[in-house]
Amino acid sequence: MSENLKIMIKNYLKNTWDGLYTILVGMKVTWKHLFVPSVTLQYPEERVKLPERARNRLFVNINDCIGCMQCATACPVNCIDIETIKGTPADMPGMTSNGKKKALWVTKFEIDIAKCCFCQLCVFPCPTECIEMTDVYEYSEWDRDSLVYAYSNLTPEEIDIKQLNFDKFQVEKEKQKIAAAKAKAKADDAAQKAKEENKEEDKEK
Amino acid sequence: MQNYLIEIFTEFFGNELAAQITTYVLSTVPVLAFIVLFVLFAVWLERKVSAHMQDRLGPMRVGWHGVLQTVADFIKLVQKEDIVADANDKALFNIAPYVVFVSTLATFALIPFTSIFIGSDANIGIFLILSLSGFVVAGILMAGWASNNKYSLYGSLRAAAQIVSYEIPTALVVLTMIMVYGTMSLGEVTIAQTSYFWNWGIFGGPILGLGKILLVPFMFVAFIILFISTLAEKNRTPFDLPESESELVAGFNTEYSGIKFAMFFLSEFANMFLIGSILVIFFFGGYNSPFGYLGNLLEIEWLIPIEQLFWFIGKGMFFVFVDMWLRWTLPRVRVDQLMTICWKYLIPYAFFNLLIVGLILLV
Repeated sequence: MSENLKIMIKNYLKNTWDGLYTILVGMKVTWKHLFVPSVTLQYPEERVKLPERARNRLFVNINDCIGCMQCATACPVNCIDIETIKGTPADMPGMTSNGKKKALWVTKFEIDIAKCCFCQLCVFPCPTECIEMTDVYEYSEWDRDSLVYAYSNLTPEEIDIKQLNFDKFQVEKEKQKIAAAKAKAKADDAAQKAKEENKEEDKEK
Repeated sequence: MQNYLIEIFTEFFGNELAAQITTYVLSTVPVLAFIVLFVLFAVWLERKVSAHMQDRLGPMRVGWHGVLQTVADFIKLVQKEDIVADANDKALFNIAPYVVFVSTLATFALIPFTSIFIGSDANIGIFLILSLSGFVVAGILMAGWASNNKYSLYGSLRAAAQIVSYEIPTALVVLTMIMVYGTMSLGEVTIAQTSYFWNWGIFGGPILGLGKILLVPFMFVAFIILFISTLAEKNRTPFDLPESESELVAGFNTEYSGIKFAMFFLSEFANMFLIGSILVIFFFGGYNSPFGYLGNLLEIEWLIPIEQLFWFIGKGMFFVFVDMWLRWTLPRVRVDQLMTICWKYLIPYAFFNLLIVGLILLV
């Protein structure tokens, strides 16, 4: 038997052995994995814990909102829409939870969450920390309009009353202003007259 | 069991031919029911095994751990529209799934499930099974050609090439087995391995004396060869080139939908069990229990066939499980590697095995 043939036969048998042996090695690996606990999370029942600073749906605590519009200004996609009416001395909005005076009635505070890009830029300027990112990420809707969240807690009637109050107050203020102006003018007039009289008296002297 | 039924029906109909026809039609019913139930279970098992081997969970929603998932899938498949494209060869396209399924079902007639239930204990048993499984190739070629789709044609041609090549080592090993047992009938092969497990084929079979010990390593080699070549014949990974999902979409059944696709699927999984049961019959004692029967111990005669059915299906399922296990272990072989494994390795080994086993049996 030539050397060449011997090597060939040796290789042939070695290949056979290697083929079968490596298959068994692979089967051992898969067999072990059969009993490894699975990594799957059964989603609606089990959830991944979100990181502490995860940014998801926005939430506004409207009781603390002073209507300063800083969040709306900061928003790069203009998804926050705020309208306010000034409060009158007789009907002031009260205080925030951290003791700031509210001067404005927030009649409209709408966030179009479909537009929101979760940049969190609205959260930092807020002086009362009433707008914040929550960990809620499941809020899909059938209707696109239901993605516009209205946070203002005033009813349309209440808004009308506030508007009326403000208008009344405005009118009264105007009246007072006019009255004050009139009074001032009168006083001025009187003062002028008095002055002139004094002058005349001086001349007569 | 058939003879018993034929007697009953002959009395009932008063005509032996009618009785025979009724009996044979009736005796396909449990086999068909078994195939459908087995496939429903095996598909679920395959998905579970594959999932857990990849550290996933698999189907979990439909029923307990997803056991009813395949039932739901099957209902969905039946509801689907049966699409036949304009450019398809309609006659061939429609007949192909039936050819594949019927030839697979027909092979089950020759499988001895228990000592009393065997569709036909024909004396050409294994020979008929081999030729019928060759008929599947015709069905697959029909499906691929009639689909008028390059992927389907590729798939079916690959399937044909593969099955024809691997038929040779299969046939050689089967020939060895026929030499050892001296019969082609699967029922008689099983009966030859009766009593305890040292009579099983893998432990040298029913032969006594020195020959038995000499046979053991060669029976083992024969088992490995038969296992690999039948794995290739039923197009399972690592030999799943005919339907390699990543390159051929789905191979020959790309164009099929609905119930026809379900038939291909059914016959594929039925084939898995068929191959498993052939291995069991030749090497692991068929329906024979390894430790004797509880029915014998308790002297309850009707318990024995049930135990036999349990052992047969249990052993068959083990090989089905090994198929799945291999599927998630090995990558797919290349076409040239496929042919190398067959022609350069399996066939020479099978030839040598045949020769040596023949010599041992002579001496």
